[in-house]
Amino acid sequence: MITQKIVDPDYLFFQSERSKMFITGSEAVSEAIKRANVDMAIAYPITPQSESMHLVGDLYAEGYLKDYFRGENEFSVMSAVAGAAMGGVRVFTATGGPGTMRAFEMFPTWAGARLPVVCAFFTRGVNSPLTIQPDTIEMAYMLDTGIMIFHAENAQDLYDMLLKAFVIAEQPEVHIPVGVFADGFFVTHTRDEVSTAPADLKLPAYDPYSSPVPVMDMNNVPLRQMRDPFVMKSNFISYAAHASWQQEVAAAAQRARRYIDHYLGGLVESENPGADIMIVASGTAVSQGRAAIIAAAGEGIDVGLLKIKCLRPFPTEEIKALTRHCKAIIVPEFNRIGWLAREIKAVVEDNSKVVDGPRVFGGMTMPTEMILESIRRCSA
Amino acid sequence: MQAKTFIRMSGLGGQGVVTAAHILGSAAVRSGLLSTVNPFFGAEKRLAPAESYVRISSQTIHERGEVLFPDIIMIFHPHVITLGKSYTMPFFDGLQKQGKIIINAPEPLPLNESERAQLAALNARLYYISATRLALEIAGTELSSNIAMLGALIAVTDLVSQQALEEALAERFGGTKKFVASGTTAALDDVLKSKFTKLAQLMDKNIALIEQAKSSIQEHVI
Repeated sequence: MITQKIVDPDYLFFQSERSKMFITGSEAVSEAIKRANVDMAIAYPITPQSESMHLVGDLYAEGYLKDYFRGENEFSVMSAVAGAAMGGVRVFTATGGPGTMRAFEMFPTWAGARLPVVCAFFTRGVNSPLTIQPDTIEMAYMLDTGIMIFHAENAQDLYDMLLKAFVIAEQPEVHIPVGVFADGFFVTHTRDEVSTAPADLKLPAYDPYSSPVPVMDMNNVPLRQMRDPFVMKSNFISYAAHASWQQEVAAAAQRARRYIDHYLGGLVESENPGADIMIVASGTAVSQGRAAIIAAAGEGIDVGLLKIKCLRPFPTEEIKALTRHCKAIIVPEFNRIGWLAREIKAVVEDNSKVVDGPRVFGGMTMPTEMILESIRRCSA
Repeated sequence: MQAKTFIRMSGLGGQGVVTAAHILGSAAVRSGLLSTVNPFFGAEKRLAPAESYVRISSQTIHERGEVLFPDIIMIFHPHVITLGKSYTMPFFDGLQKQGKIIINAPEPLPLNESERAQLAALNARLYYISATRLALEIAGTELSSNIAMLGALIAVTDLVSQQALEEALAERFGGTKKFVASGTTAALDDVLKSKFTKLAQLMDKNIALIEQAKSSIQEHVI
């Protein structure tokens, strides 16, 4: 095993010296996992994720991880990841698009079992005819699985969010999974400058006894997990337990807010928040929005930006407060259905000012001009 | 150099379009500029359309994904144009005024009247280079066609210096670090290295190729 110095998370994130690397999003995953003191990673390839878990496999070969293997398919990987987390290790995996769909059963299972799994999702179209190109539609399905959802704008976000996700997920009062999402190709395959902490530093190890539910060990053997579930009883108590448990998982995500505030600097981030027109977006759409804001400024139109970094828990109050004054809310998205516009319409006080779009899907790039057109229409 | 230069490289799988973009982006970063680089491809296979995009700027680059409005278009294979193996049709779609097009072809391609008129209206400058032939002659492998294309690029632009390009080339192929831009690019790196008995030879021959490409590129009057 490689020897690295264990440091306090705050030191690793905020105080350690940083150096710039010109790397892809996939390489940023590897740089994050290298510093995350991960015990075990389990892989199954799918474009655009394959390179990231390939590189994590290289980390295992170099001695950064204790174990690494390839599962039979995504469902198997996500199940094995659950087993690893129940067994008390810090575990990582990644998937995307059809891989997310194939593994779907496991995501609510992770959340219900209070497993602090960190999984990266690299979005890809899921429809037929087959596509490997970016499309964020799978995120719509993931929103209500009980896992926390971060959405990275670029490789820098991806590096930072992955490392911080472990620390947030493993807080005893949180202890639920985190999905760190990034747009396939636009982030995974894009080479960009990323600031990283020194490679000889790593996070403190996971303490399995930080778990708020009984830990699987020699006193509490795995058999109990199967022998005692409420389903075996099917009485009033079992229904009440299930109902309160779902609420408890949701409450755990709410309790994560203060850690998200501390580590990610908030669930949202805003730029020029007083503007009459606001772009509200997450992921790559934020970057495209930034370019459109600069172009609009060149035409004398003042536009603000609200970047959503965390989608679950949803920043309801933050969005309400930051959009209360504005006249129009533009929601650029990389999917057909406009799930983010739906979410925003559900929380703002006057949802008639939410512009449904612009949207591209099926792998298309959103031209800056397309957002600029919406801005022009709103300012006219 | 203008504040922002966006480059679209269109070619066929296996020609090194992704690697050329990586080397150019690294050279730009080495020159103190900012750059983002990303590829787009379908199923990874030889001769399938592959594109990569390089953005170089002195200021923060926000745009992501395909370069839809390029300042420079590099066509790595005539089939991009003649067989439409491209994500954009026609191949110069979105080209900006005074834009430059560099085409790897042994002889000028037959462009129709309307295409000529559109390029003329843009004041576009069209260049040809026989990059694959030069790569075979000088480096001994067509896998170096992408390096010849980069040589041609620095002959007609001042985006990056030859020295920065050589340093980026050495970083990509010189060290022990393996780059995994995709499964197949990593495999092709190994194939390329196996074509040369020594690393120094890979560098020397590709630098000679850059030199030759610089003097071989020819402007074609539209």
